[in-house]
Order: sequence, then C-alpha cells, then structure tokens
Amino acid sequence: MTAAEPIQATVQVAPARTGTAPPADPAGRGTKRVFFLTVLAAASVVFLYPFVWLVVASLKPRDRTFTDPFLPWPVPFRPENYAAVWDAAPMLAWLVNTVIVGVAAALAVTLSSAFVAFGFAYFRFPGRNLIFGSVLATMMLPAAVTLVPTFLIWNAAGLTGTQVPLWAGNLFGSAFYIFLLRQFLLGVPRYVFEAARVDGASYLDLFRRIALPLSRPALIIAFIFELKASWFDLMKPLIYLQDPALYTLPRGLKAVVDQFYQGGDPKWEIVLAASVVTTLPLIVIFFLGQRYFVQGIATTGRRG
Amino acid sequence: MRRLRPETRWAYVFLLPWLIGLVIFQAGPMVASLVLSFTEYDLIGSPEFAGTANYARMAEDPKVARAIGNTVFYTLLHVPLAIALALALALVLNRITGRAAGAFRTIFYLPSMTPYVAVGVLFLFLLNGQAGMVNQFLGLFGIEGPQWTTDPDWVLPGIVVMSLWNLGSTTIILFAALRNVPRELSEAAMIDGAGTWQRFRAVTLPMISSALFFVVIINTITSLQMFDQVYTMFFGNQTAQQSYGDAALFYVVYLFQQAFQFLNMGYASALAWGLFLVIAAITLVQVKVGNRLVYYEAEERA
Repeated sequence: MTAAEPIQATVQVAPARTGTAPPADPAGRGTKRVFFLTVLAAASVVFLYPFVWLVVASLKPRDRTFTDPFLPWPVPFRPENYAAVWDAAPMLAWLVNTVIVGVAAALAVTLSSAFVAFGFAYFRFPGRNLIFGSVLATMMLPAAVTLVPTFLIWNAAGLTGTQVPLWAGNLFGSAFYIFLLRQFLLGVPRYVFEAARVDGASYLDLFRRIALPLSRPALIIAFIFELKASWFDLMKPLIYLQDPALYTLPRGLKAVVDQFYQGGDPKWEIVLAASVVTTLPLIVIFFLGQRYFVQGIATTGRRG
Repeated sequence: MRRLRPETRWAYVFLLPWLIGLVIFQAGPMVASLVLSFTEYDLIGSPEFAGTANYARMAEDPKVARAIGNTVFYTLLHVPLAIALALALALVLNRITGRAAGAFRTIFYLPSMTPYVAVGVLFLFLLNGQAGMVNQFLGLFGIEGPQWTTDPDWVLPGIVVMSLWNLGSTTIILFAALRNVPRELSEAAMIDGAGTWQRFRAVTLPMISSALFFVVIINTITSLQMFDQVYTMFFGNQTAQQSYGDAALFYVVYLFQQAFQFLNMGYASALAWGLFLVIAAITLVQVKVGNRLVYYEAEERA
C-alpha cells in the first residue's frame, strides 16, 4: 500500500492543466526563444526520422532498403510492396482480430472499472479503505509474477488457443482505471446523486444515468489507453494463440520477422510494410484522441 | 450474523467484479505461483513436490546470472539517461509559449504509439551493423559504428539506444509537473538574485520532486520487465546460430522461455517470485528514500 503513495502525490501536485494557456515567459522571447526552438526542432528530427525511414524503406525494392538512408522519399518508388504483404501474410485477418480483441478488452475494462469506481466513490462502508488499498497494491504487481498460474486457469477452462484470454481478464476492472475513474467521480458534487435518490432513483440508476455520463472524459481515456495496450501486447498472443488465423498484428508481425528477416528467406520489404500496417492505425487513433492521451498520462502517470 | 445495511450491501455489489478478479487473477495466482515454485510441473503430469530444488537451481543457473546481469545493466543505463533526457526536453518545452509547445509534445509522444514489436523491427534495421542508418550517420563523422545487433558487447548498448527513442510519457509527466510550479516562486528567487541554476536547484527541482520520483519508480519497474522489443529482435524461431549468444537474454525473456518453451512451470514460478521480491524490495527502498527527498505540497497545507 505504501507503494502507491507517490501516485496520489503526483496527482495532487500535477493535475492535468494541459488545456490552460502556459504562463507568458518574458525570457522566452528573442534569441533565447530561437535557441529553444532550435533544440526542440533538432529533437523532433531524432524522434520523427525513424518513422520517415520506415515508410520510405517500405516503398523501395529490397536491394535498395539500406541505400541512401537520409533521402526522405523512396527511389525507386515501389508501392507494390504493399500488395505483396497482403499475399505473404494474412494481414487483413490480423488487423480485424486486433480490432475485435482491442475493442473487447477496452470495453470490458472501461465498464467494469467504472462500476467498481462508482462503488468506491459513492458508498461509505466498512472495509472500504482496506479494499481500496488492494486496488493500489496491485498496480505495483508485476504481470510476470502471475503469468504461469493465469495460463493454468485459462488452460483448465479449455480456452487456450482462443482469443478469450486476451481480453476476458479485463471484465473484473483494472487498478489504474478504477483509480482514475474514482478520482473523477469524487469530483462530482454529492448533492447531484442525493437529489436523484430523493426522486426515487436506484443505485443502479445513479451509476447508469449519472456516474457514467458524467465521467465520459475519463471513460474515453480508459478506453483508448486499453485499446493501445491491447494493440501493443505481444506476450499474451505468444502464450495463448497457436493458429495463425487468430493472430493479432503484433503476433503476426513477429511471425513475419521470424520468416522474412531472421529466417533463410530475407524479404525485408515485406517486414517493413507489415510494420507500417501494424503501426499506422494506432497513429491515426492517437491523433483523434490526442487530448485524452495527454490528459491521461499527466493525471495517472501511466506509461503510455 | 449482523445484517448489513442495504446501502452496504449495494456497495459490495459494485465492488464484486473487483473482488472476484482480485481472487482469481491477482491474489490467487500469487499464492499459486508460490506453491508451484516448490514443485516440478510440466503440464502433462501433475505437480510433484520438489522442496527448494527450483530455488537451488536458480542460484546455480548461469543463465539466470546472465539474465540478471543484462537486465540490471540495461536498467542502470536506461533509467538515468531516459529521465535526464526527458527532463531536459520538458524544461525546454516549458520555456517556449503557445501552440508550439503542444505540437512538440505531440511529436515527442509519437514513438510511444509504435507497438513494441514494430519498434524492435525498426531498430533491427536502423542498428544493422553493415548498413543501418545509425552507423551510416556515424560514418558521416568518420566513426565506424559497432555491430549493434550481432556483437555480444554491443547488443545491450544498442537496446539502450532503442529505448531512448521512447521518452514520450516521461516527458509529458515531467512537463505537466513543471507547468504547475508557481511562477511567483521562481520570480521571487530571481529578485533575490538567484541564477538559472540556483533557481532550478532550489525551486524547480523540489517542486517537481514527486513527479520525478514517480517516473524513476515506473521506469525502473518497466525496465526490469523488458520483454517485447528484445524478444522481437533476438528470440523466436531463428534457425541460424546466433553470434550474440545470451547477450540479449533479459530476465522476463528467460522466465517466458522456461514456462512456455520448456514447460518448466515450477522453475518459471520460482523465477517469477524472485522477480516479484526484487521489484517489491526496490519499490520499498525507493519509497523510503523518496519520502526523505520528495517535497509533498500536500503536507505543507495540512
């Protein structure tokens, strides 16, 4: 439980104030400002250029993959690589699997965490602090520790080899999101709930009609964070999926690397195009939900 | 038995999913893996009691020593470098005004939106010893870059280089903390004649110490559990003899291999508990030390 103290402290000291205008900085003008902008621009090149290289290299023929790495457009241009990658691997099926598993995982965790968070935020009951302590404690529990028994559970349930273990564990809420949503709901004035109670609303109504709609921004944060986490996940698909038709994109990309980079059949352009296909949808999601990402990282401190 | 008030009963209804999950997926597995760590279990037979054999094996297994060494080496390089760089970026971000800061923040976060498997693939190419972009760039300055992906001495530094591409969330957390440092404090210090460094040291640093402390803990814990990128780059179905041997063997990679490739579930559970104790100990020590170093605004108000 002590391990969670810094998280609370961070939230207190660093609430998301990302929407407000930054303080006017008199030192940020003139030559100093030019210097700072130059530093940031240089850093931006370092962070962005690997993407440029990836996309450019994926559009070149194989024998040119490594040539002219600083030329930011493909010569010669070879978009056929993207046709070839669909033939070489079932990318479309993997993309669909990733979306299905990701949405199931994100929906499950968002709704169950909101349900539990409402319980913590609204009710006063014996044992509340103790149980909330268990929420905070599991945040620090490394996933690797429960890897083997969790596998044995899904194995006993006869669900290994299916996609169910990739998302069904999320039905019971997750510490980070419960914490986030509880913080959010504690900010709702209590009389809002009490007024509804007087009007005869049940506790389930309070959750469905008041808590859920009011915590929309926090629900969106939880949803897109979990969608991203699911889209990143390599270990669970490695453990639970054998049939390539059920693979998600990261697992599929790993199979592509094993066959076409490490194996005896080097087809680098396929590997690169498959990497772009794996990454691009997330970048799009990021731009759509950018505001929520920044807010979510700043408030929960969750590593994105 | 005392009857619960209806409100209390409803409270437990709402907590029920968490309590069930806690038993099935958290506390239960913790206990189960502790029990399994004292057995031999290959999934086919039933677990056989083996006493402390797994722990004795851990102590003697040269691969465990290698994996711990690699993981600790990586963590000791990654955490200070990542936080120093992220703090530098956040400080510069905090000095410019308006939309530009938001745009740069977005750019710095983009690498964190790249799935780790794709990051691993990308850096297999970028760090390629013969023709990768990194070595071609070094070549522009007449430096002959090392064989990052094949020379056992350079595999870990290469992984650190890759990890430093991913500073987005650490930068965002530190930037958010910097934004909350009241300007009056810094201005007051300036009027008192404090220089840039003094103001940073005496005002900014204490004010962001809790955020700084938090990113140290989180980065340490995630570094110790490094898996995806490294597994993508150096493990899997490679048939060729690898020149780098165990240079990229991280602790969780070894745990994964023992559990799911060799089906040594008992031994893997012992490895998992070893990791758990280490992470718990590190977190405790960091919290203890942190309580002395960190300035909590809340205490002042209370």
